[in-house]
Amino acid sequence: MFELREISKAYGAVNAITDLDLTITPGKTTALIGPSGCGKSTILGMMIELVQPDRGEIQFKGTALAPGKLEQLRQRMGYVIQDGGLFPHLSARHNVTLMADHLGHDPQITDQRVEYLCDLTHFPTDALGRSPAQLSGGQCQRVALMRALMLDPDVLLLDEPLGALDPLIRFELQTELRDIFQTLGKTVIMVTHDIGEASYFGDTIILLREGCIVQSGTIDDLTNRPADEFVERFVRAQRTIPGQEHGK
Amino acid sequence: MRRHFLTVILVLTAISGSTIAGAQAPSVTVGSKSFTESVILGDILTGLARNAGATANHRKQLGGTRILWNALLRGEIDAYPEYTGTIAREILSGQKIPSRQSMIAALASKGISMSAPLGFNNTYALAVTAQTATKYSLKTISDLQRHTDLRLGFSNEFMDRGDGWPALKRRYSLPQNNARGLDHDLAYRGLQSGDIDVIDVYTTDAEIPYYDLTLLDDDLGHFPRYDAVILYRSALAQTAPAAVSAFNRLTGKINAGKMAALNASVKVKRQTEGAVAADFLNIQYGVTQADGDSSAGTRLYTRTLEHLFLVGISLFSAILVAIPLGILAVRHRRTGQIILSVAGILQTIPGLALLVFMIPLLGIGSEPAIAALFLYSLLPIIRNTHTGISGIDPSLQNSAIALGLPPRARLRLIELPLAIPSIMAGIKTSAVINIGTATLGALIGAGGYGQPILTGIRLDNTELILEGAIPAALMALAVQYGFEWVERRLAPSGRAAAQT
Repeated sequence: MFELREISKAYGAVNAITDLDLTITPGKTTALIGPSGCGKSTILGMMIELVQPDRGEIQFKGTALAPGKLEQLRQRMGYVIQDGGLFPHLSARHNVTLMADHLGHDPQITDQRVEYLCDLTHFPTDALGRSPAQLSGGQCQRVALMRALMLDPDVLLLDEPLGALDPLIRFELQTELRDIFQTLGKTVIMVTHDIGEASYFGDTIILLREGCIVQSGTIDDLTNRPADEFVERFVRAQRTIPGQEHGK
Repeated sequence: MRRHFLTVILVLTAISGSTIAGAQAPSVTVGSKSFTESVILGDILTGLARNAGATANHRKQLGGTRILWNALLRGEIDAYPEYTGTIAREILSGQKIPSRQSMIAALASKGISMSAPLGFNNTYALAVTAQTATKYSLKTISDLQRHTDLRLGFSNEFMDRGDGWPALKRRYSLPQNNARGLDHDLAYRGLQSGDIDVIDVYTTDAEIPYYDLTLLDDDLGHFPRYDAVILYRSALAQTAPAAVSAFNRLTGKINAGKMAALNASVKVKRQTEGAVAADFLNIQYGVTQADGDSSAGTRLYTRTLEHLFLVGISLFSAILVAIPLGILAVRHRRTGQIILSVAGILQTIPGLALLVFMIPLLGIGSEPAIAALFLYSLLPIIRNTHTGISGIDPSLQNSAIALGLPPRARLRLIELPLAIPSIMAGIKTSAVINIGTATLGALIGAGGYGQPILTGIRLDNTELILEGAIPAALMALAVQYGFEWVERRLAPSGRAAAQT
């Protein structure tokens, strides 16, 4: 789905990403994880070209991200950020249908799609007319997900989508999200700093440190066959409740 | 909103069209400077031209010499009253004007003719009360030499002028060393209360007959002559010969006492210039004419239209130009800095100066005023458009980009709607500044609420000042509320937008 080759990116004197190679498998969920400043959000931003790499090439489904094609390629991706990024001047429904309306899609089909997405994300249809300011944090993220899924994209890019939610809502949404991903069978790339969340969602977990991939594999690989002492420490730094099972 | 602007334009085009309609009669436009004497003379000239069969109109109180002279050269006015001293020292400064003949020749080379003197010399003079004159038997300035104890109070300008007190003292070898500088209006009161004995005056000041002052004769001929004359475009002799000969019949008809009495009728008796001029024409020539002064309601209506015209056109064009400039400033930072600096510099130019700068380019009237107001209105709108868009939360900008919205759609659907509160605030600021500044337009003949304000300041008439200031303030308030209403309609953000 995504092919990143020899990507480097610096912010001033600080190297965010150094010579990174990465291939994303279609139909699977990949979790990008690592401590703050490891470059995980930058990588996600590069995939949708919100951030331009200084060097290297990124291909999406075999096409290089290049000016001129960007808008079309972005329309094949769904992007959700931590606080939803909903437009405050538009109702929930208009946030969801903005792109479809702009592209001139048949309103009837759009309505059906919105209804389907409400059903999928458990968003109450009677709240569609509300503005984002009138929605709870969890509802905002549901709308953001609906917006990302509206054009039925090939890939979902999620940047800490549940990071700002309180634990109960977060737990509820984690369960729902995984169900949705399984129902849709989409390629999902999710950035998180929580190894528990990464292991819950990720078929593949990519652990990053200072702009480099330290280890890539399943939670079992990271736990039982850590590449180095950092991976071991990172995996162990989670407080798990005894008896609770993670991953699959 | 656009429709209303169009309506205003159409109405005003219709009004200006109706004046052109009477093209068979020769048209004569008279100008005057912004002081009472000039306005009265302008009204008299207008009356004479009208009586001679011309379609005459009077562009009153157009500011100072430069404005009138340039307007005359450009043909925006055909005639105006002027003073020989001003012609020699200001208009033809740098040229040698030894005689009246050479002055006429110098003016003729510019296509301007000068009438014979009207009969009064409005120059500096020294004045004393009638009692003082009798008590010390004062008739001439030379008589002051014998009375060292007389207390002198002169206007600050007179204390400094080249032909003022220092030169006068030398010329007449006056012994007094106690001359005080003070405000001209206060000087009259000082004279009345007996605090000072001698003051400087203009020979046709309205206060001279009012306070029954005696002017001391300039027996050594120290003060330059400021003989009132009429300047008119030489071409007028062909296009409106009857008006020109009517002008020439005025020469020698107004002496200093007469002029001072006319000035006093306006400044002391509070008659309008139009009424005073009409009386003069009636007595002098038996000419009667309908009093040109319209009712207060009509005046207010006309001025409101004029003011709306100035503000509407300038603000509307400023919005059309400034919002794209603001957007450009966001997209290209370097260009943006230049745009904001230039608009900032424009804003620091004083209103009056900006208006005067426009005159060589656009003449007098509403065009230069609109151009100046347009420039004034740019900065707040550009700046607020810039701040409004660049202040949008980066995560919202990123969300819009990530959706795959092309730049134009992003601007239309996301950035402009989110920046609207800021842009509207900028427009509101511009509108209020614009309405206030537009009152200065009256100085260059653009009309509007500035007209009564200007007259009121000149005549020290608070009522007249309020006649312009109150509607201007009300218009500013109305515009402010109007924009707030539009704003609420355009940006229902955060509120219940129940309909989907």
